[in-house]
Amino acid sequence: MTALLALPILLPLVGAGCSMIVGRSRAAQRAVSLTVLTAVVGVAVTLLVAVDRDGPVAVQAGGWAVPMGITLVADRLSALMLAVASVMLLAVLVYAIGQPGAERNHVGFQSVYLVLSAGVAGAFLTGDLFNLFVSFEMMLAASYVLITLGARRDQVRAGMTYVVISLIASTLFVTALAFVYSATGTVNLAHLSERMDELSPGLNTAFSVLLLVVFGIKAGLFPLFFWLPDSYPTAPSAVTAVFAGLLTKVGVYAIIRSQSLLFPPESRPSGLILVMAGATMAVGVLGAIAQDDVKRILSFHIVSHVGFMVMGLGFFTVAGLGGAVFYIVHHIIVMTTLFLTGGLVEHVGGSSRLSRLGGLVGKSPVVSLVFLVSGLSLAGLPPFSGFVAKLGLLQAGASASHHTIVAVALVVSLLTLFSMMKIWSAVFWGTPRSEPEVRTAAPPLMLAPTLLLAAASIVVSVAAGPLAGLSERAAQGLLDRSAYVSAVLR
Amino acid sequence: MTTSLAATAAILFTIGTYLVLQRKLSRIIIGIGLMGHGGNILFLLSGRAGEPPLVGTGPVEDFGDPLPQAMILTAIVITFGVTALLLALAYRSWLLTDDDEVEDDVSDRIIAGGGFIDSEVTDADAALSHAIDPVPQSEERS
Repeated sequence: MTALLALPILLPLVGAGCSMIVGRSRAAQRAVSLTVLTAVVGVAVTLLVAVDRDGPVAVQAGGWAVPMGITLVADRLSALMLAVASVMLLAVLVYAIGQPGAERNHVGFQSVYLVLSAGVAGAFLTGDLFNLFVSFEMMLAASYVLITLGARRDQVRAGMTYVVISLIASTLFVTALAFVYSATGTVNLAHLSERMDELSPGLNTAFSVLLLVVFGIKAGLFPLFFWLPDSYPTAPSAVTAVFAGLLTKVGVYAIIRSQSLLFPPESRPSGLILVMAGATMAVGVLGAIAQDDVKRILSFHIVSHVGFMVMGLGFFTVAGLGGAVFYIVHHIIVMTTLFLTGGLVEHVGGSSRLSRLGGLVGKSPVVSLVFLVSGLSLAGLPPFSGFVAKLGLLQAGASASHHTIVAVALVVSLLTLFSMMKIWSAVFWGTPRSEPEVRTAAPPLMLAPTLLLAAASIVVSVAAGPLAGLSERAAQGLLDRSAYVSAVLR
Repeated sequence: MTTSLAATAAILFTIGTYLVLQRKLSRIIIGIGLMGHGGNILFLLSGRAGEPPLVGTGPVEDFGDPLPQAMILTAIVITFGVTALLLALAYRSWLLTDDDEVEDDVSDRIIAGGGFIDSEVTDADAALSHAIDPVPQSEERS
């Protein structure tokens, strides 16, 4: 079992190397990526089943003694995140292969994509703060390359902002690590959670806020989100879909992990987190309403919905954290589907600007249906997964008597619905505006993964019971830290 | 020694922050480099000072803490790689626009104009290029 822990990181890295070796043949590169990511999905699902049955597992890479070595840990939260993320990465890879365009044919695309997968897996599985930094950098370095692979003017412009912001966040991360290490003498998460208890409450709160800022930049929390809607839309839609589905969620995962594991309950900045969550939701959705480009609207919705997940964390109850975990799973699937659909709209309609689109419902009913399902799910209408996810979060909020933020969340959901209907009426209804010579049929390789993910989001709402149970067990593991700590330190 | 190193880190952070707030990417890169050094020096301070570790010249109790040094090394390598990428980006930007200035967000400008540009220029692409660069290209288009 412990051998499986390293595979989600090692396989993609080895695959990236192989992909470079067979760089002359695109077909071989694609075969390598598909094989590797399918294997990672298998490993991740096995890991999830085993961890849910037996509790957290840990392995010390290289055989160094516990607080010094590289620790890999999988508990229910990280195994669940890893499983969802790897399915998503595989689906988007298929989409990228099917998408016509210069960038997916670039010799580096497949290997960089695999490095990104390795970074994401590393961030979920790592058991110490410094390797979290390294995994983040691996993932971000790959994302810098992916976002600027086309080297067009708008990509270079957006890439600059993105790289500079991420680098500043990384510098802050190193600084935070320095402070944490000098106060506690360790960077191992499990070890830290014991040592932090011995520090003064003031110092604990300071570290907690510092880490919140560092990960908040990556997650896109208010007031640190401004880079996100600017940089994401310029990349090709497959790349944007991965970024939208995964990168911010890795940040949210890091926030949840660090806030719940490291700090004793009394020094958690619950009020600050709730205020930031509320502001993130509101500002994100208001920004979305003002936009005129499908990809930019969706990018603002990423920001808005990160607020929901962080809100669940802010309650610091089993129901709240369980709701947040469920929401992340729902959101990764739905957001990716929406961005993939956005790419299909661009492909079928020839533009992604609302003012230049119209009447797609007659041209491509399948794309319209997928958008409707995932858009309504994002807004949280009853039969879809968003409803179940939001219901869980709002019930947790009401039972913890945080009525203000529950009200904010409800208004934001309504505005999300408005924004989705704005896209719907501008893009899918009305008269077709674009020229008839625009390519009309969507390639099956682009359509299939999108349909599959849309179906997955319906499965999430149908199978809400077992998934909510798993989320709740994951939340219990987060609040009761003893299982995680004893799995690492024995 | 600790105080002077901490002061050095503070000065590096100050200069770095100033440079990062500039609009030229080349200056931002230098600023980020300086801030990175500041962070690394802080990190160096977080461990115990002492004899060189691992080489075995002194007793184990007198060793300096090797862990922060190992971590700094990793951080330096990462910063080095990403800085190289940023320099390449700056060069690419210079090739494309004869400048390495970080430009404004185009869509933001259009929205800040309250749809004025959209109503004046019906073609969205023309509106985009108008927002990027108010003067040239329009003659060539017509």
